[in-house]
Amino acid sequence: MGAIIDKEIETGKANLEVFSSTLQELAATDRDIVAVTSDSRGSGKLVPFGQKFPKQIVEIGIAEQNLVGVAAGLASVGKKVFAVSPACFLTARALEQIKNDVAYSDNPVKLIGISAGVSYGALGTTHHSLHDFAVLRAINNIIIVAPADNFETEQAIAQAAASEQPFYIRFGKKPMPLLQPRSESSFEFGKGRVIKEGDDITFIATGETVYPALQAAAKLEKEQGISATVISMHTIKPLDHDLLTKVAATGKPILTVEEHMVYGGLGEACASYLIQNGHHNRFKIMGIPDEYTVTGSQNDIFNHYGLTESGIAAEAAKLLEK
Amino acid sequence: MKQMTEQELQQKSVQYRKNIIKYIYGAKAGHTGGSLSCVDILNVLYNYVLNVGPENFDSPDRDRYIQSKGHTVEALFVVLADKGFFPESDLETMSQYKSHYIGHPTRKVNGVEQNTGALGHGLSLSVGTALAAKMDARDYRVFTLLGDGELPEGSNWEAALTASHYKLDNLCAIIDHNKLQITASTKEVCDTNPIDDKFESFGWAVRHVDGHDIGQLKEAFDAMPFEAGKPSLIIAHTVKGKGISYMENVLKWHHGVPSEEQYAAAMEELDQVMATL
Ligand SMILES: Cc1ncc(C[n+]2csc(CCOP(=O)(O)OP(=O)(O)O)c2C)c(N)n1
Ligand SMILES: [Mg+2]
Repeated sequence: MGAIIDKEIETGKANLEVFSSTLQELAATDRDIVAVTSDSRGSGKLVPFGQKFPKQIVEIGIAEQNLVGVAAGLASVGKKVFAVSPACFLTARALEQIKNDVAYSDNPVKLIGISAGVSYGALGTTHHSLHDFAVLRAINNIIIVAPADNFETEQAIAQAAASEQPFYIRFGKKPMPLLQPRSESSFEFGKGRVIKEGDDITFIATGETVYPALQAAAKLEKEQGISATVISMHTIKPLDHDLLTKVAATGKPILTVEEHMVYGGLGEACASYLIQNGHHNRFKIMGIPDEYTVTGSQNDIFNHYGLTESGIAAEAAKLLEK
Repeated sequence: MKQMTEQELQQKSVQYRKNIIKYIYGAKAGHTGGSLSCVDILNVLYNYVLNVGPENFDSPDRDRYIQSKGHTVEALFVVLADKGFFPESDLETMSQYKSHYIGHPTRKVNGVEQNTGALGHGLSLSVGTALAAKMDARDYRVFTLLGDGELPEGSNWEAALTASHYKLDNLCAIIDHNKLQITASTKEVCDTNPIDDKFESFGWAVRHVDGHDIGQLKEAFDAMPFEAGKPSLIIAHTVKGKGISYMENVLKWHHGVPSEEQYAAAMEELDQVMATL
């Protein structure tokens, strides 16, 4: 299985764009697909969707709690509902509606968190979602997904549409290169994708941090002869325990990377499973630390906290030295 | 505070508009249309109504201004700089790495009362702040600015109930009623009309003003509280993008950034207005 990083890198579109085009394809043949928005159709790239399927879009206005409640009601009578709103407002403001009206009541809404993580950059903390994995992991009956590339995004949207379960799917708006040729790729919720195999260390990343993890792996290989396995753990919950067991069994260090606070996200989910199952690999969680988040663009913030090719490579080297 | 003449206030408004455009153009980001629609309101608040300045910002008796529509922070920054809360040149760092001058108000910036940006928070914060004045028998008053597209957030209506329940006549909410939001007009997105009847039935006293008429704004603020024992609401009828003709009432200027030519045209138009004042 070969990553395409050193071969033809398909520049890729923003996962947001792919979400929008995939949803349009689905809506064309399935009249039950409904997008629900909160003055968010522009930021959700759903303006063309609204033009093509005016009867399949419901505008709520700026009222995210109401958005989720209405979406749950629509889903309860058979609509295939995509509730689309910035990840920050969707998962903070409307959390009780997610917990009670979607997850607990088992209304299969697909919650789409757009411009997730620190995608909104200099708009600041009100607009960041660094808490979403943590709060949603603590709620029963919702599948949490952070697609890394365009392939994962289109698969996640299409497969979620066909599912009877509640979902939260979050992504950013930066163009994301394809991690693997499509012919070598497969996608199944709850199954991590091994993008590259290596012998010395395992990187487990999710969403927009998978690509820098893959770049870091290439850099380590070239400069220090260190070879890393790179996994896109697109499904945060349910977590791929089989894959975790397999990588832990190598005894090699594990480095997790996520665009989320270091508490309560992918890293702690992995650590919790591993330690409770007798695995004691060297382990490090990379993410956004528990502090007043530095200000700047998404790139500035990634650079500041080392969520980059060189930052991840440096942490990996440190972990291997211990 | 030395009273400014109406002409001086009008000149301030033009200068503020120029600065809003200048720093948004510099940062290549910002909420242009809504900053231009609310800046006359901020002008009258900071230069006529509020007893707030850098010299008394730590006084418990200062009036409070909480901007609920945090996204139009550029208008607030420009006014706060003019009031001397920080050097205007700080705004050259807007939206840059490690700058505190980000796309929404934060208390890291001198003069900002609350961290806003998620819509639908300012009114509750203001109710709490006004309620504390009543509890401690202090004279300060609390002002908050809401967007019209922001009104469907349920928290606004919860706060409106609390405000009248506690008879907060030291509280004034201003709605920047520019009739537009991001997707379309507020009427098309979620029609909140009639706003006045709704608030009146929630126990508020309501007035309509032209939100670009300095005289009308002064008069309305002078009349506060509009009724004893009731919170006051000013529905300020405004134009999104006000002052730059190609931006006025045009949806895309919600967060549009002018090109070089558009920047020059905007500055020229504002200079021409300034010359007539
Ligand atoms: C809770 C929340 N939801 C959504 C947004 C994104 N947002 C920012 S500005 C805006 C439109 C605001 O429209 P309006 O209140 O009319 O403001 P104005 O026209 O004065 O700019 C939206 C949806 C937000 N900042 N907060
Ligand atoms: Mg508006």
